[in-house]
Order: sequence, then C-alpha cells, then structure tokens
Amino acid sequence: MERDLVIIGGGPAGLAAAIEAKEKGIDDILIIERDKSLGGILNQCIHNGFGLHIFGEQLTGPEYADRFIKKAKDLGIEYYLNTMVLNMTEDKTITVLNENEGLFNIKAKAVICAMGCRERTRGALNIPGTRPSGVFTAGAAQRFVNMEGYNVGKEVVILGSGDIGLIMARRMTLEGAKVKMVLEIMPYSTGLKRNIVQCLDDFDIPLKFNYTVVKIHGRERLEGVTIAKVDENRKPIEQTFEYVKCDTLLLSVGLIPENELSREAGVEIDRVTSGPIVTEAMQTSIDGIFACGNVVHVHDLVDFVTMESRLAGRMAAKYIKGELKKDGDFISTKGIDGIRYVVPHKINPENVEDNVNFFMRVDNVYKNVIIYAEHDGQIIYKAKKPMVSPGEMESIKIKKNVFENIKSGEIKFGLRRA
Amino acid sequence: MYDVAVIGAGITGACIVRELSKYDLKIIVIEGSYDIANGATKANSGIVHAGYDAKEGTLKAKLNVLGNRMYEDLCRELNVPYKNNGSLVIAFNDEEMKTLELLLNRGLKNGVEGLEIIDKNTLLNLEPNISDRAKGALYAKSAGIVSPYELALSLCESAYLNGAEFIFDAKVTNIIKEKGKFTISTSKGQIISNFVVNAAGVNADEINKMLGGEKFSIIPRRGEYCLLDKSQGNIVNRIIFNTPTEKGKGILVSPTTHGNLLLGPNAHVIEDKLDVSTTGFGLEEVIEGAKKNIKNVNLREIITSFSGVRATPSTGDFIIDVPTRGAVNAAGIESPGLTSAPAIAIMVLELLHKEGLTLNFKSDFKNGRILPKRFIDMNDEEKKAAIEKDKRYGKIICRCEQITEGDIVNAINCPLGAKTVDGVKKRLRAGMGRCQGGFCMPRVVEILSRELKTEPENILKADSGSYILTGKTK
Repeated sequence: MERDLVIIGGGPAGLAAAIEAKEKGIDDILIIERDKSLGGILNQCIHNGFGLHIFGEQLTGPEYADRFIKKAKDLGIEYYLNTMVLNMTEDKTITVLNENEGLFNIKAKAVICAMGCRERTRGALNIPGTRPSGVFTAGAAQRFVNMEGYNVGKEVVILGSGDIGLIMARRMTLEGAKVKMVLEIMPYSTGLKRNIVQCLDDFDIPLKFNYTVVKIHGRERLEGVTIAKVDENRKPIEQTFEYVKCDTLLLSVGLIPENELSREAGVEIDRVTSGPIVTEAMQTSIDGIFACGNVVHVHDLVDFVTMESRLAGRMAAKYIKGELKKDGDFISTKGIDGIRYVVPHKINPENVEDNVNFFMRVDNVYKNVIIYAEHDGQIIYKAKKPMVSPGEMESIKIKKNVFENIKSGEIKFGLRRA
Repeated sequence: MYDVAVIGAGITGACIVRELSKYDLKIIVIEGSYDIANGATKANSGIVHAGYDAKEGTLKAKLNVLGNRMYEDLCRELNVPYKNNGSLVIAFNDEEMKTLELLLNRGLKNGVEGLEIIDKNTLLNLEPNISDRAKGALYAKSAGIVSPYELALSLCESAYLNGAEFIFDAKVTNIIKEKGKFTISTSKGQIISNFVVNAAGVNADEINKMLGGEKFSIIPRRGEYCLLDKSQGNIVNRIIFNTPTEKGKGILVSPTTHGNLLLGPNAHVIEDKLDVSTTGFGLEEVIEGAKKNIKNVNLREIITSFSGVRATPSTGDFIIDVPTRGAVNAAGIESPGLTSAPAIAIMVLELLHKEGLTLNFKSDFKNGRILPKRFIDMNDEEKKAAIEKDKRYGKIICRCEQITEGDIVNAINCPLGAKTVDGVKKRLRAGMGRCQGGFCMPRVVEILSRELKTEPENILKADSGSYILTGKTK
C-alpha cells in the first residue's frame, strides 16, 4: 500500500495534524490508531478543563476529542482502529497489523509520529519491597475507573504530584475511597496549580512535599507503604520512616514519550525530553518524518498539543508538495541557566511562518525572573515572570524577522533575576 | 491412586515429572501455589553454569557438569530459548588471578570442557564494556543462559501431553505411609500414591520431616535482582561474574534470553521462606556490585526489581536420597540447581527404580509443547496464516512485547493454562516490557474475565488474595 501521509496515533496530536494537512490540500491521509476508538488518552480524562486556549471554553477530555474526531470524519480522513504499527524504517515504510487486513506494509511519502507517551512505573523508580497487587500507575487506574467501570481500591496513597495523580485523587474520593495523602519527592509540584486546588485542597487531601515511598508491604494485595521525608539530595531520612496502611498505591511520577518506533527508524532523540530532535517544521532528523504532541515532549495542556500538531500537519503538507525548504543554514537552540530544554531544537528561517513558538521547561521553582533569549551576546527576547515552575510549561513567541536577521548560530534561552 | 506423586512444580519437579512421563506410569504433580514455577524458578539468574564452582566430589559438581551437557538438546526438544554464550569470571588483582587458577583446576577435575584463562586484552576484545581495571578472566565456553520459568512450563506441558496430572493451590499438610502406600493430605484433599518425590524447594525440609527422613533444614537465602530494558541488553554478550570470595560469588551481569540485562543476586539469609521482598540496601548492593564489573550501563533503564529465595541446604550439598522406602528427596537444590535439574531428574529416577518403581518406556511418548508459538516468534507466513485462522492474532494487547489477543486467549484456554495476570505474563511476557503492564494490564484482566467466565473483580494478579479490582464504580 502507498500513502501520501501516514499519521501514527489517533489521539489529540494525530487528529489535529491530520485535519490541518487535509485542509492544506493533502487528500491521501491515513491515521493508524492502536486503541478501539480515536481520541487517545483524552477518552479516559472525563474531568473538565480542556480547551480554554483553543476553544475559549472548558470541555471534558472526551468532548475535546470529539470536536476533532467529528471534523476528521467530516473531512473524510481515513483511519484504522485496533491497528498497531510494529515497525518503521528510515525510508518511511511502516509495518502494520490489525484483525481485518492482517500484517502489511505501507510506504508513505511523509509520516507524522503522534504516539504520545507512557507512564513511568514502579520499576523505573526501583521502589523496594514486595510485589503485590494494588500498585497501579495513575493512568491504568484511571482507565479501570473511567472506562471499564471498576474501582481499584479503598484506601489510597498517591506517589507523585503529576496531573493524572491529582485528578485520580479527586476521582477516587468521589467513588468513596479514602485518599490518605499525595507524596511529592521534590519541594514543588509537577502538576498544574489549578489541579492542586481543585483536586486536593477542596477535598482536604494533604500534599506532602519532600516525601517519598521507601517500601511496599503486603504479599498478595498491598497492605501498606513506608513513607519517608527526603533530604536536599532526595535521599530518604531514616528517622522519618513511617508506616501508612493502604490497599492501593497510585504512581504519578512522570511520563515518557513513546519513541520505540522512532528509535528503530533511526530518528535522533533528545536525551532530556526523550523525544525526537525537531525543527521549526516539527520535522525530525529523518527527512519526511515529523513528530508532534507528547511524543516530542510532555505537555501540560492539550491545547498546546493541538497548536504544535497543527503546525506539524501544515508542514508535512508542504513537504509532500515539495514546498518545504531543506537547504540553508539552521539556527540551533539551547536551554541554559535554569531552562532544561527547548523545543524546537533547530530553526530554518526560510520555513518560519509568522513566528516560532518555543516551548520550554524550567528546572526548579523561581520567583521574579526574566526569561530571555540571546544570540551571539545579543538579547533578542525577554519577558518578566512573577513565578516559573517545572510543573508549568513556558512558551515564548519570536517573530520571523528576528530569525531572518541572525540566520545561523545558536539561540540560548535562560533565566535571570528580575 | 497414583504410581508417583511429585511434590513441587519448580524446575526440579518439572524435570522429574517430564522424565517420569516417558514411562508407563500414573503420575501427579502437587503444587502449593497457583502456577508452575512460582518459587525460586521464576526469580533466579537463568544461568546454565559450566561447573567449576562446586568442590570436586560433591553432587553439585557432578550434576552441574552432567546437567550442562543436557541443556542444548533439552531446550531444542522443548523449543525453549537457550543460548550458549559462555561466561567470564573477572579478576581485578593478582590474588584474584590466583583464584582463577584454582577455579580452572577445579573445573578440569569436575570435567568441564572449554575452560581457559584469558588476559586483559583478550577480555576487552570479547567484552569492551568490562571495567578497565580488570586484569584477566576465566572464560568458560560451555556456560549459557535460559529462561527458567519457560523451561519449567514447557517440561510440565510435555509431561501433561504424556498423561501426567497436575493439582494446584494444594498445600501438603501431612503424609502417612501405610502398607507400602503414601497418603498425602493436601488443602485440596487426599492423594494416594505408591511412590513420592520431594521437590518442594524451600519447603523440602518440612516434606522430608513428614516422610520421616533424616533431619536437615533449608535455610532461606534471598537474592535480589534488577532487570534493565532491552536497550541495555547488548552491554555484554556473556555472563559476567566476580571472582568468588569468602563472602560469596558476588553480583553477576548477564543478558537474558529475551535480550534484557540482568544484575544480581546478592545473598542474605532471611527468616521467612516466603519473603520475596526487595530492600533499598539490597538493590543498592546489586547496582554497586554490577558497576564494579562493567561500564557504560545506563541505570535509568531499570524496568523492574525482584527477589527469589534460594533453598540452601544445611548440609552444604544437594540432598538426593531416600528418606523412607518408596520416597526420594530432591532437596536443597540451590545454585547450580537450574543447571543440574535435568541430571537430578535422571538420578531421582534411578533411585525410584531401586526402590521398586517399574520403568517401562512408553512407545507413544510425544515430544513438544502445548502452548502454541507466540505471534511475535512466527515468520511472516506463519503470522498471516495465524491471523487468517483466528483474527484475534491481528490485535496487539501488550505493546511493548507485541503480544496479541490470540496469544493470550490460547495461553488461558490451553491445558495448564494461565489463570492469573502473572500467569499470562509468565507464558507470553505480556506486561514484562518497559511499560510493565501500564497499558495492557486492564485489557488482560478483561480477557481473563471473559475467557474464565468470571467477574473482573475475581481476577487475581498471582495467588489467592491478590485481587486487582474492588468492585463496580457508582
């Protein structure tokens, strides 16, 4: 099978990219989705708060997804459900498997990777103790509760203050469970402020900073956890060990972009984001393979995923039509002084539309700072921020003409005291 | 009424029952837990040792070398992944180099073939990620790796195909011998048998006591492990050991047959035989021990940690004897137990024969396994045929290991099939990958519930009490 554009993943990123590419004149598009419906993880996010930036109103996850699903269907975009991509090669040949067509290959002119991310697990944290049932990633628990209609426990401790964990603290409370506490190893939350207020504070659930789980107890089902305060090096302090009885431990300790397919194809990966290194056009290191959404870097808000993915869709359309400039000098980007990463990593000024949106995360909580961008010792952008936090992604918009003036070299993004 | 009852479905019991199933016998395996390979067999290093470790003249030495030679054929017959990748004992100083000489000589006396001491250059050519501080190594070409629980499963499946019966969740509470017959009381009722084999792992001392054998005890000695993602599976190609000291064998680093990297085990005597928890201290020990031998390993790629309990015998050697007429102990089977198990089975059969068990070869012995080939292991043509026959082979459930719904349904519905989430995992590796079941666990629960015709609330992770769901939402 041959296709102009194959989009791997039918979540918010893949849908937005597909719609945009279609509207920019690409007819032959195929979305490949591994789950039984389009919409991705939004389908299990039945709380509201989605869409403020894109639609100017508060939607639930399924409502947000539905707007894009309807649009994609109206535009006649083709999609496969329950279909898994097993392999992708550098020449954009994709090996696919599903129940109806079996195992087959698709040769694409362009590919957009929109595979999203997965949750970090207990194993990745290497928490000692037994291995009973009752230890879930917050997302797996969310699927059980919101999609399958089953509760996963009655007395809950949540490790990590990521957004899914915060949302699940409220969800399980509403289902009658006792959520005893949320523990965060860092001195700040990795979740959104609004979720802390609406999901913890409103339900009197304590959020303990500088705390972690040091042991898991219970042979068959979880019986309890030992929690501990950590020192400034995040090492548990033995004098603070405390046993907490619970039958459920939810882990909300970070998300990892799912780039196994990209890696197999040979796409260059940023060690900090665990996502592909991308250009202003959301193009990866492989010509014609684009990426957008949480597979590139983990976003807080789906609205930003949509914005980024629309760009990827537009640029992939340009690429297929031969309008995307390959040559010319690239400007590279880099985070310094408190900025952990910057996306995109490379800018070809000739492909920039009106401006470039740079997304970045800081490495700690800072108050009263200036975010700046400098090139060759010149400040090309600065903005004052009363507070920045690793839990909230920062975005900076720089106009096209700035890039036309500098053409090459490196733009460094950093923080300094206001 | 059985000819032989084998207590325990770990690797030792599995090798014994499979060997017994070659003869015209009515056999039953009595297993205390929910599944095959639920004790030390599911949590050990998976190493087929060459045989230079054990002191010459011991059962460990003899059976290790014999067992090692049986492995390649056995795994081929049963279609179980086995890799003869060789092992290296690394020495860091002159004293350790001397120990290597001792090991070499001991190995030669034990009958180990393919042993040599190599210098630093040869070592680093073989394994570039070995620490630069290494001085040399003992290279044992006959060592290899195997997946121990898959081997035990396939042995039991083979025995089942040849008529052996299995009873699970049946804890042995008492054994009475009357008029030459054994009455075995279990939590699932009584079983009467003419002969009994004790392959009860950490509980073998208690079974021996019930049989009236000469007293010995099993000292539970726990070993902890860390398993790394496949991205780290090529850091070394061979099994890497420390030079043994008085403190023990040290931490090994080895690829697994599935391409992951395994670090461990440490060794600590514990009180509770069933305590397979890990400790912060222990995991630190494992990681530090591994870092001594190798470089360039990315420890952020650890996907899980676990521990197993060795059945260390108070006598220091394997206990393979006759506790009472008609019964045979295969007890104290700690390392190199996995390697020795096929040879232990032969020895146990010889003892049973001496005790009066008639061994008549079956003319219709069937080789092979019950569990069909996994989708991921098929070639493209087989894959196409599988999907044509059963569409569910076209639906991936476990993304990381690419396990299909067809694979899972088969693993549940076949004889000796999976009854729990861990049972599915053990048979197929669904949930063993980098996401550790984050995505597929809810779907596996759904499939188990559908195929076993029970509510999702009744689906267990492993043994009784390990429920996953607590009821329907409001």
